[in-house]
Amino acid sequence: MSSMIYKKKSPLILFLVPAFLFLLVYLYYPFFQNIVNTFMKIGGLGRAAEGLNEPWYENYQRLWTDPYMRTALKNTLLLTVCTIVFQVGIALILALLVDTIRVGAQFFRTVYFFPIVISATALGLMFNLIFLYKGGMVNQLLLNMGKLPTEVKASGKVLVQWLDWKDQAHFLFTMLMPVMWQYVGFYFVILITGLNNISPDLYEAAALDGADGWKRTRYITLPLLRNVLCTCLVLAITGALKVFDLPWIMFGAGMPENMSWLTGTYMYDQTFNKMNVDYGSTIAVLIVVLGVILSNVANRIFRPSEDL
Amino acid sequence: MDTGRKSVPKILTYVLLSFWALTTIYPFIWVILNSFRRKGLIISDSFSLPLGDAFTWDNYLTAWERSDFKNAYLNSFLISGTVTVAVVILAGLAAYGLVRYRFPGRGLLYSLIMAGMMFPVFSTIIPVFRMEAVMGLAGTGNRWLSLLAVILPQIAGNLCFAIIILMGFIQSVPIELEESAYLDGCNVFQIYFHIIIPAAKSSFATVAIFAFLWSYNDLFTQSFFLRYPQERAITGLLNEISSQAGVNYGLMAASVVLVVIPVLIVYVCLQKHIIKGLTAGAVKG
Repeated sequence: MSSMIYKKKSPLILFLVPAFLFLLVYLYYPFFQNIVNTFMKIGGLGRAAEGLNEPWYENYQRLWTDPYMRTALKNTLLLTVCTIVFQVGIALILALLVDTIRVGAQFFRTVYFFPIVISATALGLMFNLIFLYKGGMVNQLLLNMGKLPTEVKASGKVLVQWLDWKDQAHFLFTMLMPVMWQYVGFYFVILITGLNNISPDLYEAAALDGADGWKRTRYITLPLLRNVLCTCLVLAITGALKVFDLPWIMFGAGMPENMSWLTGTYMYDQTFNKMNVDYGSTIAVLIVVLGVILSNVANRIFRPSEDL
Repeated sequence: MDTGRKSVPKILTYVLLSFWALTTIYPFIWVILNSFRRKGLIISDSFSLPLGDAFTWDNYLTAWERSDFKNAYLNSFLISGTVTVAVVILAGLAAYGLVRYRFPGRGLLYSLIMAGMMFPVFSTIIPVFRMEAVMGLAGTGNRWLSLLAVILPQIAGNLCFAIIILMGFIQSVPIELEESAYLDGCNVFQIYFHIIIPAAKSSFATVAIFAFLWSYNDLFTQSFFLRYPQERAITGLLNEISSQAGVNYGLMAASVVLVVIPVLIVYVCLQKHIIKGLTAGAVKG
């Protein structure tokens, strides 16, 4: 396997050391320092720790009792579930459909993937315009369709009861929908690659056995796609836990009434605006732990046995 | 050979696919149209084409005047350009070493890289800030130092992904090419630059594109390190505009367009590399 060129190991140092030095200083060391920080009292961003917390597990206690943290966790878990069901679900349907066509497949790939390369900041601002209270795109559509109650004043002015998409009844939809929408294309592209890797011989054999249409999808495509689907699930879970920019631009600090916190936005707010640096670190640790647990659970449930 | 009746009729397939395509394209078209519309009209009539009286360049002029776009573009390109170059160089070398050499600890290094992909930026940013404050990089108010303070963690954040993708591609380069070059008297570095890089060119392009886009689009890291107006990069500027624009929706739309345009150009020119490279890495991972 290893060619004679690579018997002499000394050049290896030059290949590996620069990258791993970088990773050590900027990724692995900070990661462990961050865990240590959760037990410390830290006065501000960039300051040294002032010693252990009293008691040392104070931050974890607080994590347990903080009501906003509970909101953030609830919203994040909801986001994760929605990500799995809708993002991966829609992506799967789109991928199965694109797989059956020839003309235009490349066009759909390009278009579906496009939102992913746009900064979430720009998308957040765009969705702010779309969901604007007075005269946003959605509200104008609803008005044109006659779905909003209007009232004509004596002066001839029309008074419209706009729908507030960011109020307590609607904020979850308004917050989750853009995040879902942005990443459907990502899973779509992964799934379509998985579909292309399935051998056409299998389909021909199935056709000879009389399996077509839905049966073919159910008994051949989906089982063979299981591995790729599992990859998608893990990516979806870790991705959902990392969401920050879009909700931050659209909802800022937990609007309305501290109801829209996510673990990411809450961590940022605590660290940056409230200067609770050690508590922020603790939330970050929780995000990592959740990611590991949830992706392991997904793996356990969906990863096919090795013999497949 | 025909593989049997289709479960969904062709027409319905195209209708469904086009519907989703509409949801991904139309919002952008809507924003672009409204960025050319006169101020008050957006909230009353946002669906028509901005023609005649409704048309205006004012939103762009205001955006350009009010906010320092020129400076922010410069900062963004400096940051993302440096990150891209550094990631490609470092990740390329590391991936080559990991693929071709067999040595004790190779498995460990590989797992370290996989783990590194899992660390969210939240979990490293606070110690990185402290470290850079001690080093005299972060929070000094010096523009160039602050840019460097963003560049370094962004390089580290992109490295793991880049190494994984490049490893996949370098693995598929036939080793015979390298052996014949070796017999011709090339050393490993010459082999790397003259054989490996040309052979895996498209994957290097993919990695470069993603490093650039992620760095350009990353609001979280930027907002930690770039606190002063002259340091602001493009997404930070947009964040600021969104909190200041108030009801000037035309200004918002124009700002969104100004930020999206460089990305749109990169995407349209290079979309072949983007999608191909991403899938190769993600499915293996």
